[in-house]
Amino acid sequence: MSSLDSALIEVNQLDASYGDRQVLKDINLTVNKGEILVIMGGSGSGKSTLLKNMLGLMKPAAGEILINSMDINSVNKSELLKLRRTMGVAFQGGALLSSMSVGDNIKLPLRQHTDLDENTISIMTRLKLELMNLAGFEDLMPSELSGGMLKRAGLARAVIMDPKILFFDEPSAGLDPVTSVELDQLILELRKAMNMTIIVVTHELESAFTIADRIAVLFDGEVVITGTVDEIKNCTDERVINLINRSPRKVQIDGEKYLSRLTKGAK
Amino acid sequence: MFRLIKLIGSSTILFVEELGRFTDFLYQVIKSIFSRPFGGRDLIKQLEFIGARSMSIIILSGLFTGMVLALLFYSVLTRLGSVDLMGSAVGLSLIQELGPVMAAIMVIARVGSSTCAEIAIMRNEQQFDALTCMAVNPYRFVMVPRFLAAIISVPLLTAIFNVVGIFGGYIVGVYLKGLSGTLYLQNLIDKIGWEELRMSVIKSFVFAVIFIWISMAKGFFVHFEKGVSGAEAVSLVTTKAVVASAIAMLFADYISNSFLI
Repeated sequence: MSSLDSALIEVNQLDASYGDRQVLKDINLTVNKGEILVIMGGSGSGKSTLLKNMLGLMKPAAGEILINSMDINSVNKSELLKLRRTMGVAFQGGALLSSMSVGDNIKLPLRQHTDLDENTISIMTRLKLELMNLAGFEDLMPSELSGGMLKRAGLARAVIMDPKILFFDEPSAGLDPVTSVELDQLILELRKAMNMTIIVVTHELESAFTIADRIAVLFDGEVVITGTVDEIKNCTDERVINLINRSPRKVQIDGEKYLSRLTKGAK
Repeated sequence: MFRLIKLIGSSTILFVEELGRFTDFLYQVIKSIFSRPFGGRDLIKQLEFIGARSMSIIILSGLFTGMVLALLFYSVLTRLGSVDLMGSAVGLSLIQELGPVMAAIMVIARVGSSTCAEIAIMRNEQQFDALTCMAVNPYRFVMVPRFLAAIISVPLLTAIFNVVGIFGGYIVGVYLKGLSGTLYLQNLIDKIGWEELRMSVIKSFVFAVIFIWISMAKGFFVHFEKGVSGAEAVSLVTTKAVVASAIAMLFADYISNSFLI
């Protein structure tokens, strides 16, 4: 971690909402150059919304997101496009274009943004497919791949331009334990080989503890704690302990409200 | 009463919001036509899908429309003693009105529905988010090839519909009802000029813009549909896209007739 100390991404006082419902409240987060930051939290904690904001796919209600010291919500369009070419995003379900083969999907960023000839593009694509254990699958359509393969193909596309920053949404979700571990190893290898800064959003504890340099725990739209794996494991906050121990939430039931919910609309 | 006013108010707001989104969508698509790199391969793929693969239904529907028209006109013109005008009656009806409208309806049913559903599913599967994150303009990459293919294909399909329809009229008039083939064609050539053909082309061009715009935009904004998501939302926007395209096309037909006739 010693060589990684300069902040590459800064999230400052970020608020986000869907209509009247506030989803993120005063989020402050820093991602250092070359580190793997895991954003962890249960379902509905706001981690996917935070990712969308960090990717510039959603406008925040308040606050700012700085990537390379540029506010992604106020920077001009051409600067934003330039910035996006240095970022790779692996979506939860792969988000491969269903009308194109796996190979064409992975070649897409190279064809759109570089003047490389087709032979070079094909070799680069096969290199990434080899790295993802998907050699020989380039002519298949996305509908012919399994969930794990889709994720790996999505990851291959995300890293085809050798990005400086990689965002990975739920790498382990819906995968068997072996494939999940393989993906974790792949993330670590990518950081080692390409010195990427990686932001992973997940709710899988084991995965987070394996790959993370630091973990930010989100609960009900707020960052409860940001720290190293050991700091998270030793955290005394009840919500973090419950998350680590997989304890169910203790919901205080208001008898009257409960009854009124059950009898709502009854005559 | 208050509830009715509230309903009208909220519906109006939703309509104006949607109109704003759709107008911006069309602006982005047209603007993106001139951006690079130009997707030649995708355009050819869409020309094949919208144009070539619509040929069979256009030929079939054109043939039967022309045949039905000839039967109807034969009955009316015989009573009026003007059966010699059969060629021009069938030709003018097809070229000025039925050709553009029927061809557009056929294309809306086949292409509008599938385009809307495909784009809505792309939205649901985060494919547009992925394109945006790859710094690829989704309007240029996904919409422009479909838009250009539609405005190229629909006028050509309309022309084919017209020719086949006239041929269908010829079969009924000449082979079934015993009219003179030379008279049918001569009357057709005499009465149909560039003005009529121009009208047919303009109408089909306008209809193409309307249907592809509505179909793509409905799919693209599927996530704005209230109270539904996933497969249900895709099904809903697809139905809405087909109905809205057909109604908007007929409205545009009335407007263009008011200006062109």
